[in-house]
Amino acid sequence: MTELIIPAIVSCVVAFFTVYLGTPPLIKFLQRRNFTVKDMNKKKEIMIARPGGISIIAGIISSEMILYAFLQMNEILAIMITSSLAFAIGYIDDRKVMGGWFKPITLAIAALPIIFLGAYESNLAFPLFGEVQIPLLYLALIIFMIPITGNTINSIDVLNGVASGFMIIASFSLSIALFILQNYEMVIISLPLALVSLAFYKYHKIPSKIFPGDSGALVLGAMYGTIAIVGEVEIIAAVALLPAVINSFLFLASMKKVTEHRQIKGKPVEHTEDFKLKATNDKTAPITLVRIILANGPMSEKQVGFQIFRLATFSGVLAIISAILMRVSI
Amino acid sequence: MIALYGFLFAMWILILIGGGIVVTILGPISITGYGDLNWIISSVIKAVISISLVIIWIFILMKIKNQIFRKEIGS
Repeated sequence: MTELIIPAIVSCVVAFFTVYLGTPPLIKFLQRRNFTVKDMNKKKEIMIARPGGISIIAGIISSEMILYAFLQMNEILAIMITSSLAFAIGYIDDRKVMGGWFKPITLAIAALPIIFLGAYESNLAFPLFGEVQIPLLYLALIIFMIPITGNTINSIDVLNGVASGFMIIASFSLSIALFILQNYEMVIISLPLALVSLAFYKYHKIPSKIFPGDSGALVLGAMYGTIAIVGEVEIIAAVALLPAVINSFLFLASMKKVTEHRQIKGKPVEHTEDFKLKATNDKTAPITLVRIILANGPMSEKQVGFQIFRLATFSGVLAIISAILMRVSI
Repeated sequence: MIALYGFLFAMWILILIGGGIVVTILGPISITGYGDLNWIISSVIKAVISISLVIIWIFILMKIKNQIFRKEIGS
């Protein structure tokens, strides 16, 4: 375990500072090129640089390359390739409006390197009950997992700082779970995700200076999903992601189809006169996590974000308890 | 907000129970007597049971959601 300390420190430092130092020039570059979008939750006409996915992928690739130099594991290659493909998919969607099925289908293709590199075990481990071997079914799980995690993170990227802040909590929870399960190599492979999210949060938190865009959100989600598969912590990862899963579940259950947010006419949330967020009574609008949070009355954007982080922390604790229960057998 | 935490906790419990069913029922399934096709047949049976479990899981979750968020969804 001690031989992993140096790679861990170097990769974490590189992950954090690549994003921390790389994002300000990226913001200036994007603003110069007029790659900006309006922040819909601000009273004034404020234009925000997008996509921040460029600095996120730079942080992930540079840190994981350092880890690959030390460890030469196919799992790291799988993370780098799948994350890069997810970035490319998101970047296309950032530049050109694609249909609702574009991201799920292409993200499923992005999951294929995990299979081709053999960076998985076809066992699914559950808390308390142990493992089950599902060779064929596991391949389907890989194909489904990446689109689900990618789109799930993308779907909560609706307020300043929420996607990156949520990912800090979920990925640190996942790293702690991996540590409890004594999978130390995967701990250090997973840590750059948390560090990259932490560095990006500095610029993404309210008031945002940059938005991750689809490219950033899909990279974060796809890397998270890949870590879950190659680290054999699929169930724990799903538990840590539950608030975002609830958001997608409520959305799909109310809309009854896979669709892009921009294609929906009904608004789930509107603004009060003092520009707080308020749930609407629009029956055609989807039910979302934010709409449920706002059901008891208007809140500021910051307050809603804080409530989402509290939910993420609660599910992170459940994920860590799940990891402890993995070591218990009944 | 308490409703949301309750829903999160319910989802977690459903995951734990689902895991128990998968490991105790799905895991031990093995087919013999079909030669090389044994593993394919057992995989197909496991897949069908798994998909059924997921559908049941979503159905239960929809019921719980409607119960917990009755007030919020109605508003």
